Amino acid sequence: MKPRVALKYLGLTPFAIYVVIFLAIPTILAVGTGLFTADGSFTTENLLGLFAPTVLGTFLSSFWVSAVTAIVGAIIGALVCYAMLGTRTEGALRSIVDSASSVLAQFGGVMLAFAFIAAIGNQGLITVWLQDAFGVNIFENGVWLYQVPGLLPVYLYFQVPLMVITFMPALQGLKPQWAEANATLGGTQLSYWVRIAIPVLAPSFLGSLLLLFANAFSSYATAAALISQGAQIVPLQIRSALVSETVLGRENMAGALALGMVVVMVVVMWGYSALQTRTSRWQR
Amino acid sequence: MTKQTVAQRIGAEPGRITRWVILVVVGLVFAIPIVSMIEFSLSSNNGHGYTLDHWTGLLSPESARTYRTLFQGIGNSFLLAAVTVAIVLVVLLPTMILVHIQFPRLRRVLEFICIIPITVPAIVLVVGLAPVYGIVVRVFGGSIWTLAFAYGITVLPYAYRAIQANLDAVPVITLSEAARSLGASWPVILWRVLLPNLRRGVLAAAFISVAVVLGEFTIASLLNRVNLQTALLQAGQSDPWVAVIFALLALAFAFVLLLIIGRLGSVSRNRSAQ
Repeated sequence: MKPRVALKYLGLTPFAIYVVIFLAIPTILAVGTGLFTADGSFTTENLLGLFAPTVLGTFLSSFWVSAVTAIVGAIIGALVCYAMLGTRTEGALRSIVDSASSVLAQFGGVMLAFAFIAAIGNQGLITVWLQDAFGVNIFENGVWLYQVPGLLPVYLYFQVPLMVITFMPALQGLKPQWAEANATLGGTQLSYWVRIAIPVLAPSFLGSLLLLFANAFSSYATAAALISQGAQIVPLQIRSALVSETVLGRENMAGALALGMVVVMVVVMWGYSALQTRTSRWQR
Repeated sequence: MTKQTVAQRIGAEPGRITRWVILVVVGLVFAIPIVSMIEFSLSSNNGHGYTLDHWTGLLSPESARTYRTLFQGIGNSFLLAAVTVAIVLVVLLPTMILVHIQFPRLRRVLEFICIIPITVPAIVLVVGLAPVYGIVVRVFGGSIWTLAFAYGITVLPYAYRAIQANLDAVPVITLSEAARSLGASWPVILWRVLLPNLRRGVLAAAFISVAVVLGEFTIASLLNRVNLQTALLQAGQSDPWVAVIFALLALAFAFVLLLIIGRLGSVSRNRSAQ
């Protein structure tokens, strides 16, 4: 190898070393430790532990929360995108909705938990108002905000904005000429949406849906701030496995849970990128 | 009555009423939690009437002592944000430029690496980071800034996208070849030719990194470090008013940061369209 060429490759080493130490090694350790016991011998016990009823139950809750918030979030987000159709791209309305969406999509974690406790906590603004004005007690059957159902409204708060961000470019890609062609050929509003717009938008909608699912499935901070104890969803179960390795009577259980999460994430994100390549055809 | 566009008449676009009903309803629902936080921060301790005490209390001399952990968390988060931005500028940016100019074949590889942190979320990464930090602490000591190594990975997808968008919009290869044929050395090309052209992308990458780091909770919490978010959660248990006030301030700060990013993006779009 010539010295100049070697020098060129040398330029890649800082990034390569950094990524190996802080991304590759932690990822391998995270998904790999589940296959070993604490003293280093191979075991499938932790993996089998994933199929214990309690662990399966938390995976099921995670799937359920992610699916519900992804579907509802995608529908509401798509409605907002639809409402924005026909507004000017550089207009004030568009830039307000864009900025608000990008802030709120990032607005997870502790601050979001505070916001919802202030709104619909025990003494929250809405809770008290509903009680005083209509005599409705939203917590009649127990305070669900600090349990799995409580995650639904809270997660929707960042799912809808994420949908707006990811789905808007696709709706933007609908060409006005298609609507005109449909009208010229005697099509109705129904035929435009059912035969043209929805088939074109379907891959993008499904892709965004998967992204929302992955987003909810992997989010930890909001749930941790809201639910201080227990292991109701997978990320929280990783927390309790990390905090006390012996909670489930098994060592390295956190690693097995991490592996389970990564498998789900890889499948979902693979589906997302497959749908994304189909989508980009219409956005040129 | 305003004139309908063709698209509206044939139903491809919403009418005025539909549009505003959707936007106003969703907007109002989304305003509720923020308004509730503001209302809460103004409520008095006994729950009757409103007061500015909790806001003005922050300015009193003893607040620095009372909320020590919180201020420490804020300090730590800003330090972490600064070190993370430094990692993005020193490690990621030169690599992206180098790959763009010299290794076009590696572009897809680099993109793939930078997108991995989306598929391997923080809660998974932290499981493997715990043993890695056992070694990091032995090498660099246990000071808070070392956490920025992990945050550099967390912000990778965002920073990558911001810089790449700018790289794609600027004829980097042409510019660097022109500069080289005029006799400029690589450091000069990087500093005086490429960076001025990549300013928007680099700034956007820096701001989004700051926003992400200030909001980070997962890794700090599970590695037992103090940052803004973990301190907020802790403060929320002893003095919820102060915690909510700081959450509001942090939110406002993030809003300003992302507003600037939005402006950077839209201006560069305008320019490239001309």
